[in-house]
Amino acid sequence: MFSRAQKAWLTVFFSCFVIFLYGPVLSIILLAFQGPEGGLTFPMRGFSLHWFEELWRGLGVVDISRGLRRSLFLGVLVMIFTVILSLCAGLAFRKKFRGSGVLFYLTIASLIIPSIAISLGIALQFRLLDETVKWLGQSLEIQWIIDDFQTSMGLIASGLGTHLTWTLPFGLLIMFAVFNRFNPSYEEAARDLGATPWQTFWGVVFPLIAPALVGVALFGFTLSYDELARSSQALGAVNTLPLELRGLTTTVTNPSIYALGAVTTGVSFLVIGLSLGLFWVLRQKAGNIK
Amino acid sequence: MTKPTNSILAVPFAMVLATFFVLPLILVVVVSFWDYTEYSLIPDLILMNYAELFYGCFDWDQGLCTTFATYLSTFKYVFLTWCLTLVIGFGVALYLVFCVRSLRMQIVLFLVCTIPFWTSNVIRMISWIPLLGRNGIVNTALMSLGIIDQPIEWLLYSGFSVTLGFVHLYTLFMVVPIFNSMAKIDKSLIEAAKDSGASAWQIITNIIIPLSRSGIMIGSIFVITIVVGDFITIGVLGGQQIASVGKIIYVEMSYLQFPAAAANAVVLVSITLLMVAAMMRIVNVRKEL
Repeated sequence: MFSRAQKAWLTVFFSCFVIFLYGPVLSIILLAFQGPEGGLTFPMRGFSLHWFEELWRGLGVVDISRGLRRSLFLGVLVMIFTVILSLCAGLAFRKKFRGSGVLFYLTIASLIIPSIAISLGIALQFRLLDETVKWLGQSLEIQWIIDDFQTSMGLIASGLGTHLTWTLPFGLLIMFAVFNRFNPSYEEAARDLGATPWQTFWGVVFPLIAPALVGVALFGFTLSYDELARSSQALGAVNTLPLELRGLTTTVTNPSIYALGAVTTGVSFLVIGLSLGLFWVLRQKAGNIK
Repeated sequence: MTKPTNSILAVPFAMVLATFFVLPLILVVVVSFWDYTEYSLIPDLILMNYAELFYGCFDWDQGLCTTFATYLSTFKYVFLTWCLTLVIGFGVALYLVFCVRSLRMQIVLFLVCTIPFWTSNVIRMISWIPLLGRNGIVNTALMSLGIIDQPIEWLLYSGFSVTLGFVHLYTLFMVVPIFNSMAKIDKSLIEAAKDSGASAWQIITNIIIPLSRSGIMIGSIFVITIVVGDFITIGVLGGQQIASVGKIIYVEMSYLQFPAAAANAVVLVSITLLMVAAMMRIVNVRKEL
């Protein structure tokens, strides 16, 4: 539909977009490898791993490696929950059930309601829970509550829940996309050949949708690993890496923050690369079943 | 034989949403009617928080009240970001669908556009600092070319950098759904239009835009709802001067003024839902997946 000249213009436009998308991130990764005299901007002064060493030693009061470990731990946990819960819900949604419409709209709402409102809600929820626990502890004279109880907020409670409100909608929407294109005759064939529902699922359905589940896992991990807006008020005293990073943007004024950026981007790219590889392998296998 | 799929499988999913999404939002609504002191919340049923939120808003001769001014500022960024991401996202999708011939190349370029979505937003925000800062690339380049004598101050920590950051972060929310609906357009329609003598522009306005309407709508819902509640991009790239509704809620929370923050959040969520409901009337999201 386009003339040669028009195509050329669109190609230029697209190339500019890609540069716009990747240029800034590449520039900070490059700046992270500066020599010890390097500053926050170009030109690069020397070339070394100095700022990575600085990062390794820790940036002042902030404990980076602990933040990283927390983020990785939470990311994996959120990933597992996202895959299992989305898969189950996706299977349920293949047939209409009571409340399926409501659940669908709730899922969409969870995606589009401003994160700050959700963060506020979860902060309130756990604050009220804490006050209830403390009140119960005092009125029933439960000693460990009076002595030790601080908060029920934490990675596994409020952190996991908050991140799931963000990752589950993506997971379910991917499952919808998968099952809308899923050909039920493979299952019917398996059943006609006498397979039990369990065998049909693991032998036929699961291998066919496995590549999509890798996609769900990728969304689950990376969205949690980088999540900031919803976690900002919902984690209590424990900070994940993105939260530490945001704090550092105002306090650190040397390239070690770029080194940290390079490290987290590296983790993200590693995860994306592994997922895409696994996706292709499983797709080949799924193709063989057909 | 019964299918191994039934509604019980949706229960864990529904429970998580009920506990960590529905219940917190109900609490936000309830607490917005509570009273508070410096360090505690007092259950109550008062309209004080809303009254304070809209204080002076209906005295028209007093000028714009803080709340309306903040919403105006927020919507300025929503509108700017929406326009820019829509135009850029549409152009990118157009290129991917109609200019890239081989399917493999299409998938590769599509991935190139989506990979940044899986990397850290904060990193992508701060990556503008070496480019736009006082001694950043842009200023240095412009100065060495002799176009300006002094560094431009409004490049970073300004409305400009906030808008740029939004466009940088969220254009792919437009690209993906628009690409999805454009890819479904029957190529023979385009051929027919071309054979009847339509220009590329006529094909775009008469065929492609109407048929990718649902993708445009889904992308718009994403971009608008993310930007309207933003407080992080505005915080990191906007310096201190720029106000947004999300930032006000965030600040109120850090001062533990939960009921005030809750009243603000109720208004924000209501406005967001109204906008989305209006947009959803135009498109059936579930059919598009």
